[in-house]
Amino acid sequence: MRAREALGRVGGLALPVALAFLVALLLLQLAGAPPLEALRLLWTGSFGSAAKVSDTLGAWIPLTLAAAGLVITFAAGLWNIGVEGQIVAGAIAATWVAREVPGPAPVMIVLVLLAGVVGGVLWALLAGVLKTRGRVNEIFGGLGLDFVALGLTIYLIIGPWKRAGIASTSGTDLFRQEAWLPIAGSARFPLLSIVLTAVAVVLVSVLMRGTFFGLRLKAVGRNARSAHLLGIPTERYLLGAFALCGALAGLAGAIQVAGAFHKLVPAVSGGYGFLGILVVLLAGFRAAWIAPISLFFAAVAVGSTQLSLRLDLDSSLGGVLQGVLVLFVLLAGGWRLRRARLARVDAVPGGSTAPDVEAEEA
Amino acid sequence: MSLELRDIRKSFGPVRANDGVSLTVEAGTLHGLLGENGAGKSTLMKVLSGFIGADSGEIVLDGRRLGLSSPRDGIEAGIGMLHQDPLVFLPFTVLDNFLLGARARLDRRAGARALREMCERFGFALDPDAPARNLTVGERQQLEIARLLWLGARVLILDEPTTGISAIQRTKLFEVLRALADEGMIVIFVSHKLEEVEELCARVTVMRRGRAVGEAEMPCPTDRLVEMMFGRVLAEPEPTHTRPGEPVLELERVRLRDQGAELSLSVGRGEVVGLAGLEGSGQRTLLRACAGLLEAPSGRVRVEGRDLTGRPYRAFLAAGVHYLPAGRLEEGLVPGLTVAEHFLLAGDQDGFVIDRDGARRLARAKIADHSIVGTPESVAESLSGGNQQRLLLAMTPPEVRLLLMEHPTRGLDMGSADWVWARLLERRDAGTAIVFASADLDELLRYSDRILVFFAGEVLRVLDARRTTGEELGHLIGGKELV
Amino acid sequence: MEATLATIVASASPLVYAAIGETISEKAGVVNLSLEGTIMLSAMTGFAVSVGSGSVLLGFAAAMLVGMLIAAIVAFAGIGLRLNQIAVGFVLTLLAIELSSFLGDPFVGRQGRGVPSLPIPLLADLPFLGRVLFRHNLSVYGSYVAIVGAYLFLFRTRRGLELQGVGERPEAAFARGIPVNRLRYLYTIAGGALVGIAGAAFSLHVILGWREGLTSNFGWIALAIVIFGGWHPVRVASGAYLFGALRTIAGKLQPVFPGLSQILPLLPFVLMIFALVLVYLRVFRDLADRHPALRPLLSSDPPSALGTSFHRE
Repeated sequence: MRAREALGRVGGLALPVALAFLVALLLLQLAGAPPLEALRLLWTGSFGSAAKVSDTLGAWIPLTLAAAGLVITFAAGLWNIGVEGQIVAGAIAATWVAREVPGPAPVMIVLVLLAGVVGGVLWALLAGVLKTRGRVNEIFGGLGLDFVALGLTIYLIIGPWKRAGIASTSGTDLFRQEAWLPIAGSARFPLLSIVLTAVAVVLVSVLMRGTFFGLRLKAVGRNARSAHLLGIPTERYLLGAFALCGALAGLAGAIQVAGAFHKLVPAVSGGYGFLGILVVLLAGFRAAWIAPISLFFAAVAVGSTQLSLRLDLDSSLGGVLQGVLVLFVLLAGGWRLRRARLARVDAVPGGSTAPDVEAEEA
Repeated sequence: MSLELRDIRKSFGPVRANDGVSLTVEAGTLHGLLGENGAGKSTLMKVLSGFIGADSGEIVLDGRRLGLSSPRDGIEAGIGMLHQDPLVFLPFTVLDNFLLGARARLDRRAGARALREMCERFGFALDPDAPARNLTVGERQQLEIARLLWLGARVLILDEPTTGISAIQRTKLFEVLRALADEGMIVIFVSHKLEEVEELCARVTVMRRGRAVGEAEMPCPTDRLVEMMFGRVLAEPEPTHTRPGEPVLELERVRLRDQGAELSLSVGRGEVVGLAGLEGSGQRTLLRACAGLLEAPSGRVRVEGRDLTGRPYRAFLAAGVHYLPAGRLEEGLVPGLTVAEHFLLAGDQDGFVIDRDGARRLARAKIADHSIVGTPESVAESLSGGNQQRLLLAMTPPEVRLLLMEHPTRGLDMGSADWVWARLLERRDAGTAIVFASADLDELLRYSDRILVFFAGEVLRVLDARRTTGEELGHLIGGKELV
Repeated sequence: MEATLATIVASASPLVYAAIGETISEKAGVVNLSLEGTIMLSAMTGFAVSVGSGSVLLGFAAAMLVGMLIAAIVAFAGIGLRLNQIAVGFVLTLLAIELSSFLGDPFVGRQGRGVPSLPIPLLADLPFLGRVLFRHNLSVYGSYVAIVGAYLFLFRTRRGLELQGVGERPEAAFARGIPVNRLRYLYTIAGGALVGIAGAAFSLHVILGWREGLTSNFGWIALAIVIFGGWHPVRVASGAYLFGALRTIAGKLQPVFPGLSQILPLLPFVLMIFALVLVYLRVFRDLADRHPALRPLLSSDPPSALGTSFHRE
């Protein structure tokens, strides 16, 4: 059953994917660039050499972590647009530990990553409480907090944490060596990050599909009132979803500063939060599909930098491709549903013709 | 003027809501459309008003064939429908509601004048500037009737208009309908209530299971109507009533709202208490206070002797109090989750990991037990109303101390309703106390030991169900004593 | 002082366009979350077309078309396909932003003509008001028209009342013979047109030119202002002007408090939260009850059917 489902899903993706590539080719034509050359550059730019593969994986890690966290918040029925801010908050917390807390290498790693998790959790809970207590929609609360986090980062970089001598927006001083995530052999990024990411994806998948927590969270996401009547503590579950996503996002932030940049930079979240939302949409909210889709997106993102270097094209073509792909897949899915609706003789939900009139508030 | 429906057919998937229905109504008559819930009356009327498109069949008004593909066509043909839940825009003013959809340029002063004239003509009292959400159901009906008539309706359809309105409002409504029929309009009165159709209508068409099974000139012996409605003469076994046992629920000087009167009540094991009243008169508040979903401004709530005042909802659940809401999909079930998943959520299992196979087996057993039409993988929204109610009952654990229900049989056909009450009476006999709210006076009178009548947010009277009548109940609901 | 106010009015005009446009769309029940992307892409398109054709008017027209096109996609996805409006809007935001970067690359740093200044003959000589309001250009005057037009349309015409009905309770509107989905398409696209004009107002007047991320954050801000404004055109416009004023003040204070400009994008959200909290306060509810005419101005409830899809069966 599952294999057939998966196959059907892949088949249904064929048309929108093809269309998306067509659009990309069209745009390339428009920009006056040779399409095949551009595609070749995308490929070599992302997988062409060990260095490039490293870069791609380096992008895959934060993207996948964010997406994994977002699966949880989506299950709870939330649009956690604040995920960008949660990555940043994790990065800030990790940076603080890297700068202020002394210790030997293995201890530092643990502390830095832990700090990232805590930072992300706290930032996410802020958005969560704004929603549950302040009745502020999580889209706008999250956006606001994204701006705050960004502002905070820039303030720290040009203020208290500025580089000795020059206050520059290129970032803080590099961390001390103990706070760098360890690199094994000739790899260009820490193996630890990959392992953490893979574990995270598996855990999220298991959590959502095989546990009561996942089932109850889904109930809260689809109908919070019914969930409450069933005895599920909805506020706790919503905040829990925020916290779990914040944890993963914060971890991503910590990995970015400790493993990739080795310092705090303004663009530390790199748009991975928003991109993560696209990944989850494309994955149909299923944890199992996140890893491969994320890899594709990471490849496109990294590969498209080659385009600006070699073909004088703006690297945003990668972003265009990602956006068009998700858009077409969403539309195709909707189209399929519509065809199914029209083909089927209309069925009233419930079959009965008697109206189920809603009771009013007493 | 005459209206003819010829061989109307409408199906929703496998369900044949209208299976070749034909009907003729003459001007100046109050024509009743009688049938139990699910017989297809609402669907037929929605087809007539253009709200739904028929699969086949014709509608002929005054010899002219009407093409009704949308409500706009219906309105242009002069057909107006008053829906069971009057479709008003709650945040807008009464005046704006009156004017919305009219063809003329927006002129609020002229509109206010027209509204006033309509109100005077029928004796309605509507404040043009009040927000519509402040109106009672009866007043919303009046607003809609005024509006439809102002727009020039010649055919007026009323779908179950007497649910949730007071006896006084009902009397007024009937007066208005008679006056309209006398003026030459066609009035179609759709209801499942025999006595009202008998009281009001000159001719009756009876529907059963999607078909028109008979017509009658009034007056006509009730038994004949019953036979047409149900296909058999009903034997009405009176449910046995037992003496209530130890108190399960005790309300001590509970106020349902600030400055309200205090209510003290004790409900014993095996007792059934019915809550009567217009929508929004306080029944829901009381039920939810007893369930722990809201905290009453003052007073104490005790369940089996334990004081649970102010405790969270989960404490009440743990004490054996279960609440079944009226909105099955809106508040009780989770759309998108399967039957098996519902049982998992309602079950006692703790633990972290889900045993899918075990869940499926459990679901199958419960489905068989409760005659639910569906599989463990069916999603909640695919079940019919009756089956959703069965599912909700199946999800309620067997040894519940206190069962609180809002409108247990609303929208259900007789078969399902009977089944629900059979199960509820089983639980009652096993010692569960039941408190339920209903708009169906018959249901209240039949099953309750005591009835609390609510009006304007408070308990007006406590009645012994065996010693009161439908008439008294109907009057009390509207706040009036029966003189 | 007057000069400052005049600057505020002018610099807020794009935000007014965008927020009013979104108000109309949301009053009909459709959330067009793509504002951030639409404004960016239409700003770029407006500038590009204006530079390419030499006509500022064509630039505005092109920008408007872009706004309408994106809104049409949102409308189709939400109404025709019954997809989640937020999801589609969000994807379109990211897509449009990237598209604007990609297609706008050749136009970065180019010089272009802006909207020519056009003081209104008699009105410009009025004391105070003349200098603040009537010594601008067509783009700014258009924003006035948008505010007044939206207000009159919504609250004084039959079609406007129908529009409100569509977003509030579509089944009831449908039962009254109103073509719900057709109107939703119409008003969403109309709203999108205004959003497109907002983009042009940026790149052809207020900021003049194009670079990557020209209109950054203004789309999100417009969305917050719609909520702050309680979906009422006058209040929404006040929100836009208030934000403009705060921005100007922050600009003046910049030398004193560096980094103040970082907080700026935050403010509309704070304002929005503030407004939401305030409105639930007793004081305002009682005020609304006692003066029914004030009610639309004081309410902050969204149109009840916002974001839902309507189907007749």
